[in-house]
Amino acid sequence: MRVLERLGHTVEFPPGQTCCGQMHYNTGYQAEATPLLQRFVDQFQHAEVVVIPSSSCVAMMRDHYPKMATQIDDPGLESAVEHLLPKVFEFSEFLTRRLGLEDVGAYYPHRVTYHASCHGLRNLGVGDGPLRLLRKVRGIELVELPGLEQCCGFGGTFAIKNADVSTAMLAEKTAAILSTGAKICTASDNSCLMHINGALHRQQTGVKTLHLAEILAGEREVTR
Amino acid sequence: MSIASLDPKTAPAFPIAARAAMKDVQLRKNVQHATDVIQTKRARVVSEMPDWQQLREAGKQIRQHTMQYLDFYLQEFETNCTRAGGVVHWAEDANEAREIVIRLAKASGSNEVIKIKSMTTEEISLNTALEEQGIHPFETDLAELIIQLGHDLPSHIVVPALHKNRWQIREIFQREMHLADLGDRPEDLADAARIFLREKFLRVKTGVSGANFLIAETGGVCIVESEGNGRMCLTLPETLITIAGIDKVLPRYQDLEVMLQLLPRSATGERMNPYNSIWTGIHPGDGPKTFHVILMDNARTEILADNESRQTLHCIRCAACQNACPVYKQTGGHAYGSVYAGPIGAILTPQLQEMHHAQSLPYASSLCGACYEVCPVKINIPEVLIHLRNKVVEQNTAGISGAFDLEALAMKTMAAIFQDERRFRAAQRFGRAAEALLPSKNGWISWLPGMLGGWTQARDLQKMPKQTFRDWWGKREKDGR
Repeated sequence: MRVLERLGHTVEFPPGQTCCGQMHYNTGYQAEATPLLQRFVDQFQHAEVVVIPSSSCVAMMRDHYPKMATQIDDPGLESAVEHLLPKVFEFSEFLTRRLGLEDVGAYYPHRVTYHASCHGLRNLGVGDGPLRLLRKVRGIELVELPGLEQCCGFGGTFAIKNADVSTAMLAEKTAAILSTGAKICTASDNSCLMHINGALHRQQTGVKTLHLAEILAGEREVTR
Repeated sequence: MSIASLDPKTAPAFPIAARAAMKDVQLRKNVQHATDVIQTKRARVVSEMPDWQQLREAGKQIRQHTMQYLDFYLQEFETNCTRAGGVVHWAEDANEAREIVIRLAKASGSNEVIKIKSMTTEEISLNTALEEQGIHPFETDLAELIIQLGHDLPSHIVVPALHKNRWQIREIFQREMHLADLGDRPEDLADAARIFLREKFLRVKTGVSGANFLIAETGGVCIVESEGNGRMCLTLPETLITIAGIDKVLPRYQDLEVMLQLLPRSATGERMNPYNSIWTGIHPGDGPKTFHVILMDNARTEILADNESRQTLHCIRCAACQNACPVYKQTGGHAYGSVYAGPIGAILTPQLQEMHHAQSLPYASSLCGACYEVCPVKINIPEVLIHLRNKVVEQNTAGISGAFDLEALAMKTMAAIFQDERRFRAAQRFGRAAEALLPSKNGWISWLPGMLGGWTQARDLQKMPKQTFRDWWGKREKDGR
């Protein structure tokens, strides 16, 4: 919000929006996810650009919405999805690809490490976009995370259905984060961050997670 | 950890088997080390190929085309193999395939067979079936030999003894080969295996192999391997019995150009396999006098019939997905309760069981996509996993008992909430009220009830903020920004 407005954009938040349906779809409840696709289209079809601060939601839309629309055999919805999807961007993608920006005028004087969320990395192919944005933040001390591309073990309902394996994966991730000495771990996906933060808090590490947008929103006057 | 069998029909669900497997610290160390080594080697030889992505696409196209015309190419293979002097048999399922091998082995007059490493024979538990008939199989691949002598089970498609380290292997060899003295250097172990196997190569008259590829155009069969044991098994016996899934066919000899670049780099991180053998029929005075090929279906046509998961059959068994998978790295292969472990096993196994067993496997993935990224023929494993999860949910929610499935009820309730803004707001209020009932400290919850307890076994959950974004936004709009 703050970043987008600072860059001179008008931000709207359609209050009717809820969920993209990823949890349902990925757990095997595809029929339950379909009305949510319809809802998304209704809410956002007139937007110039849709910015989503979660790479996995965007991946859900890009990877599955066209097929879902085809399967329910609604030509109107199919073409609406086709028109809408090119306007949908993950937050860092919007800044680096659509606007061609790296420096968004942020100030954040802390030691930070960045975790590459799987969906952003592999499904959206954001590459080093988020890192390029972070490198331009004033005052930041950016440290590289070992095993940067390794999954944190969240995987939606995987974290509950396969809690033991998920925990083991998470333990590797938190160990890597702690090894960097960073006080903040950031990413472009809140679900990974909720997962990682849950373990960092349980282990009483004093390390926190923040969404990439929260760091890019940092300003000299309002230090966090 | 020791397990009795890798039968998906009787195996425990993945989360239970995984929990047990992860208690074996040595196993986890071995698996982590081995997969890291192979993954690093693979990354190096892949990065030196400027056209790797085009090669992957070519591989995908070849496999897609083959599956589209599988009936045609299988018949073409049969015609050309027969013309070259081979005998082609068709097996509908594992049982038929085993019966044919046993019949042919008996007809060869031998009560022993030497074997080349073959996942298809593992899939149908051929060794057990042979032993029950008094025919002794000798595995000649070094890793398979370790498994056989150690009374163990394979845990990886390419490196079946990956869960053992060299000191464990030394123990097995010393005990089973009755060696008074044995070093623990790789050379010592390879030497012991060489001496043990050489005698078998020279004595046993019947060989059993799998196949990496069947070439329709020529009727040839191709095997790639690293040790040369395969070459021995293909050339020394009088009778050679090859068993292959019907998915192993390639249309043209030329297609090997693509496959033999993709496979070794993906599988073992080598530019080329040390031994690439192609044999076509029989040749008087050279090699086996009798050559049989068994083409086995065993539920593959069921997979072929499914538009969404057909790509499962494109697999060329390189195991790159296993090495890349963060779940496999934690648990090793045995937890999957199938000879096909890792991401490919998670989609292949339940389908080979026609979705009657192994329903927990499609969920044995965080959908991180590392498997898809390394797959040499671009199988979109996460997509197939999701498709299979949908099938599992359809099974679980069918009938009367399905109406009371807790997970399904929760999912349906949430879907109903997400479909309506008022319900969504109410749910947020309800959520806040509900979490007030849970024990918490400084805004963090460290215990959740029921199946949600999986979350809090190692993680806390932050309570909902006092003001949601939605509330904040609403207030801001009202205040005129």
